[in-house]
Amino acid sequence: MRKTLFAAAAALVLAASGAAQAETWPARPITMIVPFAAGGPTDIVARIVGEHMSRTLGQQIVVENVAGAGGTTGITRAKQASPDGYTIAMGHMGTHGAAPALYPNLRYDPAKDFEPIGMAAGTPILIVTKKDFPANNLKEFIDYVKANGPKLNEAHAGVGSVSHTTCTLLQSIIGAKFTRVAYRGTGPALNDLVGGQVDFGCDQIVNLVPQIQSKNIKAIAIATPERSPSLPDVPTAKEGGLPEYEVSAWNAVFAPKGTPKEITQKLVDALDKALSDDGTRKRLLELGGVIPEGAARGPQALQKLVESEVARWTPVLKAAGVTAQ
Amino acid sequence: MSEIISNLGLGLSVALSLQNLALCFIGCMIGTLIGVLPGVGPIATIAILLPITFGVDPTGALIMLAGIYYGAQYGGSTTAILVNIPGEATSVVTVLDGHQMARQGRAGVALGVAALGSFFAGCVATVLIAALGVPLTKLALVFGPAEYFSLMVMGLIFAVVLARGSILKAITMILLGILLSTVGTDLETGQERMTFGFPPLSDGLDFAVLAMGVFGIAEILRNLEHTETRDVVQATIGRLLPNMAEMKQSAWPIVRGTALGSILGILPGNGAVLGPFASYTVEKKLAKDPSRFGRGAIEGVAGPESANNAGAQTSFIPLLTLGIPPNAVMALMVGAMTIHGIVPGPQVMTRNPNLFWGMIASMWIGNLMLLVINLPLIGLWVKLLQVPYRLMFPSILIFCCIGIYSINSLPSDVIFIAAFGVIGLAFIKFGFEPAPMLLGFVLGKLMEENLRRALIISRGDPWVFLTRQIDAVIFGQPVGIPLSGILLAIAAGLLIIALLPSIRKGRDEVFVE
Repeated sequence: MRKTLFAAAAALVLAASGAAQAETWPARPITMIVPFAAGGPTDIVARIVGEHMSRTLGQQIVVENVAGAGGTTGITRAKQASPDGYTIAMGHMGTHGAAPALYPNLRYDPAKDFEPIGMAAGTPILIVTKKDFPANNLKEFIDYVKANGPKLNEAHAGVGSVSHTTCTLLQSIIGAKFTRVAYRGTGPALNDLVGGQVDFGCDQIVNLVPQIQSKNIKAIAIATPERSPSLPDVPTAKEGGLPEYEVSAWNAVFAPKGTPKEITQKLVDALDKALSDDGTRKRLLELGGVIPEGAARGPQALQKLVESEVARWTPVLKAAGVTAQ
Repeated sequence: MSEIISNLGLGLSVALSLQNLALCFIGCMIGTLIGVLPGVGPIATIAILLPITFGVDPTGALIMLAGIYYGAQYGGSTTAILVNIPGEATSVVTVLDGHQMARQGRAGVALGVAALGSFFAGCVATVLIAALGVPLTKLALVFGPAEYFSLMVMGLIFAVVLARGSILKAITMILLGILLSTVGTDLETGQERMTFGFPPLSDGLDFAVLAMGVFGIAEILRNLEHTETRDVVQATIGRLLPNMAEMKQSAWPIVRGTALGSILGILPGNGAVLGPFASYTVEKKLAKDPSRFGRGAIEGVAGPESANNAGAQTSFIPLLTLGIPPNAVMALMVGAMTIHGIVPGPQVMTRNPNLFWGMIASMWIGNLMLLVINLPLIGLWVKLLQVPYRLMFPSILIFCCIGIYSINSLPSDVIFIAAFGVIGLAFIKFGFEPAPMLLGFVLGKLMEENLRRALIISRGDPWVFLTRQIDAVIFGQPVGIPLSGILLAIAAGLLIIALLPSIRKGRDEVFVE
């Protein structure tokens, strides 16, 4: 905390003097805003990647958790930070994809207000059911949900959460309506799924692997193009005949608009190096994470991703009639 | 049985290594320190220290982080007793009688009994985790939204029973607490409620903001009215060890508090906050002379303090056996485990037995250390709090501001504690107690969410709360138990017992105040 405060104080002083020098950057610790609480999937990815980037840049990257309003509070703050390279942010599928549809009064434009640095790592989405759910594969699941739609309860972690938006997408693709039950966070939702109080849900792999392995819940499909090494037995949605259901909770690094090119390039390189490092990769893969390779890395790919995600989520969420304001 | 012993043996061999002992001690020390300092809580501390543990092996890291968490429970009682500020939801009740004891010159005894009670509860909870972790988790899983709702109703009835003085004022404060808990984004629809379009309110009010404002800041404001009739107990701490009579008085409350705290701690959805409240209510009901409560009754410290420590430790059970965190601190522990490449869940016990049993054994060692840190060294913590008030209150204010800022990094939270401080002062002036409001706030949110969840799942049928049955096996026979209905019946019974004498006595007590 002292470090964070110190960094904040120093940032104020330096921003006021306007003395940020791109050549000498980084001369002091860099703050990475994570728009969610410590300990969640985005936070963990930020800390793992940030640790390696610190070593490359020769300055500590301090993670600052600014939680609230589905992550948009933290990203708004990142947008307003001075573009000197000393404040960067870990954005996410929600803050840079779903947010414009969910928050009509959003105070930033995901595609225009940031310098994209690059994708960090994504966590795949799985469709999971309680353990005695009648369907065993995606086809049976879809048929069953279509036949019994409103009688089934789907658990999600609150409007605007990853588990909520990704199940909204599922609803719109298969064209069935089911009853949606909100929980405060994925923990309680998962608890009721394991306890059989609700029927199914969509969630990030990192929360689910141990429950699936110990057969407390059933995995129906994983929404990635390829199977995950963490759960090699779980078929993809494509294999199950639903190729449109391809979605992951991606995390990516952004800098405020106007950050000098020299600085963003250093960040891009440091991130690229972190994602190629064996130690970092091992940690990310253990989480069930998907690491971007080749052309999927870097600023151009990220910019394209943000634009396509906003275009994809807006109609789905608008049609479902969900807004957070 | 022999398996448990051999498992604990394995755990002790891990926990007693020099490195792990040192980490355990550091964790307990930091925990006590942040517990004593008002405002800086375990959530913020663990979040800050998370990156530092990167270099340590995962077992050592978790031993230290766990030490911070239960160490803070010990330290928190010191501040609650000496300064009248509850740092955590779980120490709200300790303030009521603990601080009164301190004012009567029995601060030492209050601190002593709190530490002894916590130690006893810690030992029992450690054994419970080792022996019953797995079966108890199954119990927690049968709780659905309907059962939770009924449990929260029971909790609110506790709040009425808990209140002293005017019952009307207590109910007013509970309702105000529930009202405040509804501020923020609606969970089911995403609509904002009572935020007046003001973005910092869109996530609702934080418990820490409310507690720090109405207890901490309001207390400082009140103290500043009178010069040097401050509430930080200055002169006499007195003896630490309770005498025979006091031991006898607190023995059963400690046992009952431990039992209640352990059971409620396992429940997901932060059931642990109910432990101290439940324990206080039980003690007040069992006491021959309930009017002593709120005026320095030792049972009112012994029971709740045991309950909060027991709950703090048993809340590890759902995390360790299921991998599902029951509260925010445990969610952070999940993060700590995943950062170290350990995915929490049922397989931790079999795949990482060193970590699982080492951590459990370290809890017992940690509790022993905390007894040493807290009792003989109590003078040190008291010294910290005995700094003259003109120096003391600015530092408390600064710690409150830093602490509250470090939770969400939001400047608006700092302004909110100032506002709630002023409101809290008004409560004190008009004779309204803030404790029932805080309980209403904590339970109100859970109660509303579970009510709506239960009704959505039952498709709007309100009878679900009375008729829903839970499958159980008793003597080999499958039977259905209407658990939710039973809880509501208990709540109704409690309400009747509570209201009858309170209405009669209420009037006298108002005059006493």
